[in-house]
Amino acid sequence: MTADLTRRDLLAAGGTAAASLPLAAHGQGMPGHAQGQAAQAPPRVWRFFNEAEARLVTAMVDRLIPADAEFTGAAGAGVPEYLDGQLAGAWGHGNRLYRLGPFQQGTPEQGYQLPFTPAELYRLALPAFAAWVRQGYGSGFEALPGALQDEALSRAETGEAGFEQVSSAVFFETLLANTVEGFLSDPMYGGNRDFVGWRMVGFPGPYAGYVDLLERHDLRFTRAPRGIAEAMQEHAAHHRAPTPQR
Amino acid sequence: MARRLPEVDVVLVGMGWTGALLAKELTDAGLRVVGLERGVPRQTVPDFQTPTMHDELRYAVRHGLMLDPATETLTFRNFTGQTALPIRQLGSFLPGAGLGGAGVHWNGQTWRFHASDFNLRTHTEQRYGRDIIQEGLTIQDWGLSYDELEPYYDRFEKICGIGGKAGNLRGVIQPGGDPFEAPRSSEYPLPPMPMPLGPTLFAQAAEQVGAHPFPLPSANLSRPYTNSYGCHLQPCNACGFCERFGCEHFAKSSPQVCVLPVLMGRENFELRTRSTVTRVNYDSTAKRATGVTYIDAMGQEVEQPAGIVALCAFSYHNVRLLLLSGIGQPYDPASGEGVVGKNYTYQTMAGVSVFLDGQKNINPYMGAGALGMAVNDWQGDVFDHSGLGFIGGAYLGGLQTGGRPIEYHPVPSDTPRWGGAWKQAVRQHYNSTLGISVHGSSMPHRYNYLDLDPTYRDGLGQPLLRMTFDFPANDRLMADYLTDRALEIGRAMGGRVEASRRTGHYSIVPYQTTHNTGGAIMGANPRESVVNRYLQHWDAHNLFVMGACVYPHNPGFNPTGTVGALALWAARAIREDYLADPRPLVQA
Repeated sequence: MTADLTRRDLLAAGGTAAASLPLAAHGQGMPGHAQGQAAQAPPRVWRFFNEAEARLVTAMVDRLIPADAEFTGAAGAGVPEYLDGQLAGAWGHGNRLYRLGPFQQGTPEQGYQLPFTPAELYRLALPAFAAWVRQGYGSGFEALPGALQDEALSRAETGEAGFEQVSSAVFFETLLANTVEGFLSDPMYGGNRDFVGWRMVGFPGPYAGYVDLLERHDLRFTRAPRGIAEAMQEHAAHHRAPTPQR
Repeated sequence: MARRLPEVDVVLVGMGWTGALLAKELTDAGLRVVGLERGVPRQTVPDFQTPTMHDELRYAVRHGLMLDPATETLTFRNFTGQTALPIRQLGSFLPGAGLGGAGVHWNGQTWRFHASDFNLRTHTEQRYGRDIIQEGLTIQDWGLSYDELEPYYDRFEKICGIGGKAGNLRGVIQPGGDPFEAPRSSEYPLPPMPMPLGPTLFAQAAEQVGAHPFPLPSANLSRPYTNSYGCHLQPCNACGFCERFGCEHFAKSSPQVCVLPVLMGRENFELRTRSTVTRVNYDSTAKRATGVTYIDAMGQEVEQPAGIVALCAFSYHNVRLLLLSGIGQPYDPASGEGVVGKNYTYQTMAGVSVFLDGQKNINPYMGAGALGMAVNDWQGDVFDHSGLGFIGGAYLGGLQTGGRPIEYHPVPSDTPRWGGAWKQAVRQHYNSTLGISVHGSSMPHRYNYLDLDPTYRDGLGQPLLRMTFDFPANDRLMADYLTDRALEIGRAMGGRVEASRRTGHYSIVPYQTTHNTGGAIMGANPRESVVNRYLQHWDAHNLFVMGACVYPHNPGFNPTGTVGALALWAARAIREDYLADPRPLVQA
């Protein structure tokens, strides 16, 4: 049995204009292509990736989370832009990473033991992957048919794609984790564009109180997702600024 | 040379739960107390504010409130023959950093241990004989009893405003509570929160298999509450952002909301943040701690003399400070001699997923860190272990702690890890999957221990702590048996069930729990423990060691309730016994 929303829930679920924009208004194509974007849109500026890296990583993540009939894939969701921001920032440069040596290979149970920051890892691995694909498949990754792209990615996942300086498996795991982050994190980080990841799973966004709904078992709760920015607007409208506490 | 400050009565190393409790109790007694905290000062307002606190990427994935491994980490290996390597990225456990410590970002699951946990060796040998204790298990008695600690559990629960339902009030079993808990002197200060569908289905299924479900004791407040210190707390609104986050609603018990409001501003208390203690200064002739040395916010070395030193840092940091300070004999697994670093234990976790395949709306994001139902039918020594070949147990819990989607998107194990099929599975299962957690005990083993790493250093140049740990066979057997019980409940919940068993070596990569215990254990004599029953160091009677590092083993419960109770128990001993006549409170 599915309970229905009350009028109050529906009012609370009003959400924002952005949350209800039709998907078609936003491009699912490659970064740098104008498809689906307003004519006046500013050019895309990458802070970390060069153009070749951006094209490659966009094609890669869009196989990890491909578009389907209802929900765009990682490229359309802005995952490349998310990755670019992360790699250009503190995390990319090794924040919260113990970086003192000596470095040596450990067991899987001992975790990451490479000397590379995430930014260094991507910078090494993307050209290595591109070259490995070109050598093995006779073409750039972006130009391969989807099935072969998936095969190449699988071989990176297993570590079969031997890169010179870095394990392809380590890079693949990093890319996969970061892709999922970009698809499902708050849109303020550049991914999860139009809340596509949250709409797909039915997550209404991070800011709400549900205590009055806990005992309404099996409630079909369909509030459109709101991000931190939208919640901040609502919050500002309803509360005075907090007073600092000692 | 270190700048030497005037002596104070008490210096506390670390200002999380135990530091805050000791500071409150000892300033009450008129002592001049300095609290040294290596992290930053932070308060509900302005540091834990909405909506920016609800940022899963920043706080849950990138560990925004946790200790930065570049500052200090540990090295890790599974067994002594390996070379330990540094934990370069946090994973299996997440130590806190900053004022309030891990008491800021915990979930709030607040248990008492069982009476038989406190005399585990005696109890086990009496009930089963010695043969049930596997070779290498170094279990021992704690040196105090549940009955002695009970009033302090009661006090900690009333400081926190724990919500729950008593199952055993002064020996009388109460309907709706945990019939297997040890006797309580009073009901929980608050009732449980309302239960969502998932925990309700778990409880119904548990009853069907003959178990006894009850609401998990929770530090997520169910009502407005004024605690025994006069601090005001607010009810939880079930936003689903507890673990790894600070609470903006004054609705999760923490040092910030339960203790600091009455402590800060006291004339005889001084908080110094960004102050990293590097060693306890020790006079080995007089067998006294003379104070501590720390690095202040400007990077300068400072010596703070004190009449009493209490280590209140996170569990294994206390062990590291003892080792860096050369206080107590380091444990040697080869000979079994020495005590500092001995009996490092963890938590043996497993789980069961129940896939309802779209048949129900679970709404997993409507949650709270300790919201759920649990059973203790296979906990501790509640059940007969004869013929099972192991000791210990676990609670099984059906919890709804929050559905933050980067980390929570359950899929069946035969789902591809990426691609279109993965995407479809994530979509299909997010809102109709339940989990049963198996929260198992961890028994100490001769070769699981902590010492100083010979190679790797922290940012200040001091040796890192080295952890040598793998799950003992005893705990693997326990986890398998308990996972089978969880599967029975899962099947009764009416979905497709899948077990995540405790297999393979312990790995520091996937998150498990931040329940790191042991290493500076309590006990009845200095040959087998670091501190006595009052958490007083055997080798320095003015040095006290707080936290879960004093647990001789880790029972199948979350540790914080006992951490709080033991701190209050030790504080009473200091105030009412030690101050009048400073001496070893137990004769060795």
